[in-house]
Amino acid sequence: MTTYLDHAATTPMLPEAARVLAEQLVRTGNPSSLHTAGRAARRVVEESREQIAATLGARPSEVIFTGGGTEADNLAVKGLFWARRRQDPARMRILVSAVEHHAVIDPAFWMAAHAGAEIVLLPVDQDGVLRLDALAAELEAHGEQAALISVMWANNEVGALQPLDDVVALARRYGVPVHADAVQAVGQLPVDFAASGLDALTVSGHKVGGPGGVGALVARRGLELTPVLHGGGQERGVRSGTLAVPLIASMAVALEAAVAAQPGYAVGVGALRDQLVAAVRHVAGDAALRGPADLARRLPANAHFTFPGCEGDSLLYLLDSAGIECSTGSACQAGVPQPSHVLLAMGLDEVEARGALRFSLGRTSTLADVDALAAALPGVVDRARAAGLAGAAHSSGGAA
Amino acid sequence: MRVLAAMSGGVDSAVAAARAVDAGHDVVGVHMALSRNRDQFRTGSRGCCSIEDAGDARRACDVLGIPYYVWDLSERFEETVVADFLAEYAAGRTPNPCVRCNEHIKFEALADKALALGFDAVCTGHYARIVARDDGQRELHRARDAAKDQSYVLAVMGPERLARAMFPLGDAATKDEVRAEAAARGLSVSVKPDSYDICFVADGDTRGFLRDRLGSRPGPIVDTAGDVLGAHDGTYGYTIGQRKGLAIGRPAPDGKPRYVLSIMPVTSTVVVGSIDELDVATVRAGSAVWFADADADGDWFACEAQVRAHGEAIGVCARTVPDGGVEVDVTAGAAHRLKGVAAGQSLVLYDGSRVLAQATVDATTPAVRA
Repeated sequence: MTTYLDHAATTPMLPEAARVLAEQLVRTGNPSSLHTAGRAARRVVEESREQIAATLGARPSEVIFTGGGTEADNLAVKGLFWARRRQDPARMRILVSAVEHHAVIDPAFWMAAHAGAEIVLLPVDQDGVLRLDALAAELEAHGEQAALISVMWANNEVGALQPLDDVVALARRYGVPVHADAVQAVGQLPVDFAASGLDALTVSGHKVGGPGGVGALVARRGLELTPVLHGGGQERGVRSGTLAVPLIASMAVALEAAVAAQPGYAVGVGALRDQLVAAVRHVAGDAALRGPADLARRLPANAHFTFPGCEGDSLLYLLDSAGIECSTGSACQAGVPQPSHVLLAMGLDEVEARGALRFSLGRTSTLADVDALAAALPGVVDRARAAGLAGAAHSSGGAA
Repeated sequence: MRVLAAMSGGVDSAVAAARAVDAGHDVVGVHMALSRNRDQFRTGSRGCCSIEDAGDARRACDVLGIPYYVWDLSERFEETVVADFLAEYAAGRTPNPCVRCNEHIKFEALADKALALGFDAVCTGHYARIVARDDGQRELHRARDAAKDQSYVLAVMGPERLARAMFPLGDAATKDEVRAEAAARGLSVSVKPDSYDICFVADGDTRGFLRDRLGSRPGPIVDTAGDVLGAHDGTYGYTIGQRKGLAIGRPAPDGKPRYVLSIMPVTSTVVVGSIDELDVATVRAGSAVWFADADADGDWFACEAQVRAHGEAIGVCARTVPDGGVEVDVTAGAAHRLKGVAAGQSLVLYDGSRVLAQATVDATTPAVRA
């Protein structure tokens, strides 16, 4: 019996979404074909589009299907930059928060290296929340050169909710489009695209109980986006590629269910998360909660700690062998945990950042999961700390 | 036992892990990441540090049904193996980075962390045998396959670290047997080529790597009479006994090829001479590690000495010297000659197949020849 505490990585599919996926998988028809089978497939896609639009407070024509959240983020950053710069060559600056997911930060850096963009990393406070004063100062100084702003709805590692209302209000004054990666937020927080005032929003299928390999960029009507993928001209020419009908239909079902359940789910999972936080603090007294201490200012299913003197990979191994699956929360390079850029941006040093663990709850989480973690954690932390010291014993750097 | 199998991504470590699983151990595969910037390391299929190798290690663990982790030991690797490699070359010595990696990384950093996390042993794909004696002590012996034997590069680990090591391939008849076993087990790494070069020198250009890291340090190439024959841009590009790449325009008076005889980093001088001048009479080595009881009285005893990974062992007399050193008298065994021994090389003493001691060469004396 394993304890799965990594729902932010991916979460079990909703039975209804799995059923729809299986149903659609055995049907033939390319939505771009004009014959009967093609029209039937097209109908499934368009009904899914309407379903998703209604779920997220958008118009159907604003939903652009992609191969996942990463592709939607790439389309937003690159497509908005190229489109804005064509309209106004002075707009060279890409403003992203320093705690964005790699799917936003890496395209931004890529555009700086290959497309003449200037990247502006907007700082965050010690909780991982965007510093609005820095954004205001940047816009005041260089607002006329800003091509786009990308700030996530809520951070995927430390769960910090971001002040998007204020970002949108500031950006409006300078005519700068705003994109938000809402991959972690949808299903956990109320997300209404029209009410948000955002210009573009990323969602993903598998984070809400749908299948992997599908996502969408919701883009305001009239927003110009330069395509990243070229080909058959699907999705209004913005995103070519044969539409994955089964994935889209399944994602639509999952999104609708997750959003419908959100108010009650947030309360329930939030209470369970609060118990998890209390339990970790109880059994591992020196563990430091990262992200906002006010639990209402973070994703309800997220908890994130650093364990002093421990290596994240030791903790991960020991918990895994105790049947508990979680994450260090940061990206890997060929399996090597890198110090989290999110924690570094929050002011932690590399040594502190190394001992990070993210626990993320989901629809299937129960109090038994919290109890299992609390039971295993003291021994795991002791042992990881001993191993951390063993690893540092001969290090000349002194950063133990 | 809980066994940590070090998985390089190559065929040997995969089969070693498989044999540990078969022996009933609770095995976890760990791939060591030795460079933060993986582009620095070569990306071909020959090394143990590329992303491709990490993927191969992961796949092998999948096939064996064991957990797989990557541990980042890059900092320790840079601090110990790479730093030692650079410092030794800068000092005019010839280091063996594989020996240092076994000493500081595989059987120290990795093993210490493994033991702290609750493992009982570290299993690797090295070809060497561990023989348990009746008194509970363990001896390190050459592998059954003499062509693949790696006891020379393992000897540095000493008896304490040997106590927590496991070499399941020591009894393998041949490398072909291991490849066939890998294929039979469905391990796709069965056809991967062997690795030979230094893993952290991306393109195999050791001299270029040293030039990048140590900078240009030009100086003369002279003969034993002190006549300048040429120039070089860093003594680190030369090794005792080296013949190729000296770029000396003039031939020697006797028309015979010239070899590097000694390296003097302080004056940045490379001394060359004839092949006969490479013969050594005695070798002194320090930081000795003993598997047998060292004779503290310094009495001479007969044994065999090996100074290169793929060199042969020759009959010598050896004795301990003060401050943890070893002295070897090559002239005692008249049947063999020992040529071109450089400071920094690893000296391993054997009694038949059994490893007696390991030490690092500090100095040699030349054999006197007319």
